[in-house]
Amino acid sequence: MNLIVSAIGQGLLWAVLGIGLFLTFRILDFPDMTVEGTFPLGAATCAAAIANGMSPLMATLLATGVGALAGLVTALLYTKGKIPILLAGILVMTACYSINLRIMGRANVSLMGKITLFKLPFFAHLPMYFDSVFLGLIVVTLVTILMIYFLQTDLGQAFIATGDNDVMARSIGINTDNMQIMGLMLSNGLIGLGGALVAQNDGYADVNMGIGIIVIALASIIIGEVVFGELTLNQRLVAVTCGSILYRFVLLIVLQLGFSANDLNLISSIVLALCMMLPVFQKHLNLRHLLKRGLTHD
Amino acid sequence: MTKPLLEMKNIVTTVNTNTPEQKTILNHLNLTINEGDFITVLGSNGAGKSTLFNTIGGNLRVNGGKILLHGQDITQTSEEKRTQFLSRVFQDPKMGTAPRMTVAENLLLALHRGERRRLVPRRLNRELPRFKSLTASMHNGLDTRLKTPTENLSGGQRQALSFLMATLKRPELLLLDEHTAALDPKTSQQLMQLTDDRITTEKLTCLMITHQLEDALKYGNRLIVLHQGQIVYDIAGEAKAQLTAEELYQFFADTE
Repeated sequence: MNLIVSAIGQGLLWAVLGIGLFLTFRILDFPDMTVEGTFPLGAATCAAAIANGMSPLMATLLATGVGALAGLVTALLYTKGKIPILLAGILVMTACYSINLRIMGRANVSLMGKITLFKLPFFAHLPMYFDSVFLGLIVVTLVTILMIYFLQTDLGQAFIATGDNDVMARSIGINTDNMQIMGLMLSNGLIGLGGALVAQNDGYADVNMGIGIIVIALASIIIGEVVFGELTLNQRLVAVTCGSILYRFVLLIVLQLGFSANDLNLISSIVLALCMMLPVFQKHLNLRHLLKRGLTHD
Repeated sequence: MTKPLLEMKNIVTTVNTNTPEQKTILNHLNLTINEGDFITVLGSNGAGKSTLFNTIGGNLRVNGGKILLHGQDITQTSEEKRTQFLSRVFQDPKMGTAPRMTVAENLLLALHRGERRRLVPRRLNRELPRFKSLTASMHNGLDTRLKTPTENLSGGQRQALSFLMATLKRPELLLLDEHTAALDPKTSQQLMQLTDDRITTEKLTCLMITHQLEDALKYGNRLIVLHQGQIVYDIAGEAKAQLTAEELYQFFADTE
């Protein structure tokens, strides 16, 4: 039972990353590798700030802002410097590694004995692991509502159009550079926020905690899409959170099968690869047809 | 009616500047577009028709010369800013609309052409009745598909939508780049007729590139021919109305 509650809590916290990546990967339609640097950047900023006596809420907001700044750097390299997006992201991600070591002063910072968002008096009476479920639910709900509102504004629609067809967007006067800058900042801000939450939940920040982050965030998006199929944009945002929780269950099952935590990146990649290949399998095996026949007995 | 809207003075554009492949496309081109002009633009491939449009649209910078709008120099004005007075329809049906957004959403985007996009609710429902009657005027089923993503439309529907989007917020200058060329003959003729109707009733100023000599003669009050980056033929009014296809063919044969 504890394991399941823990998985839901983890899924909710990590969903923030999925939503962040959704903005670039699905809406702007390009792969942003910066996230592998922004996630530990958010964690490092938050942990270092808390260790130095900042309030956990301020530290979390600071981590979000610093994440957005990293996104801004990638965006400027891409839009103004004309560096391909993949490389721009890798450059910032690599630079973040050094910056994270600078921020923390060493390879990891422990939050043992410090006040974090999860140790606020409000959560003290909850049973084990329910703190992450509660906080995760609050943050994810807030982020999802804000995103849904944003995407339905004139600005949000211009942002979507930029990712959909930038030639058309420019031809009706949308400054596509600004839209991409905004998207990368928003996205990486959310990833920084995710890093801060995960660091506080785990009780430490580590310079290597960014490895494989993009795969995990993508897994939430793709699993959500595979499971729920055709959805509206708003529903898809919610599906990311469901995907993130489902992904935690997959990891839970894998760990129960006797794999070690060290195998998780391998498993994550395999899960993601399988999900992404699903349309190909479906075409060849006509899975849906088989499923339907199996269910209707006729 | 003969006030100049847009003047292009001695325009030179080169591509691949400072490389061995440097090539001059527009070669000291002069053109004055008057308010209310509906100009058809002819010219063989490589004559500079698309470059002319890109230069007016601002996504290609000139290497020499000046562009004036109502007498104001707009040579350095950005592409985004120019959309305040100008709109375009492209040849490729895929280029003119956002594929994953619905017909209504695309129209709403175009309604705010050239405006700053703010963090205010988009108010799509408020515009729906207007969009419904507008798309119904296209007589191609577009009005029943307002909530359909444009990637699921036919090429003809998409081009009709692109044209509607370009004229929804009245442009001072409309650029049509062979916007019916990718369609089958029947759909192409329908869209061409709708285009002519709307330009005439709204008294729009328009430049239309076409490869159909018949269309170039039939529509518009003025016809220009581009050749090697210059305007080699410019005929308007009564003289244009008298022009026959044979004369035009003969002219093309002579310039080659």
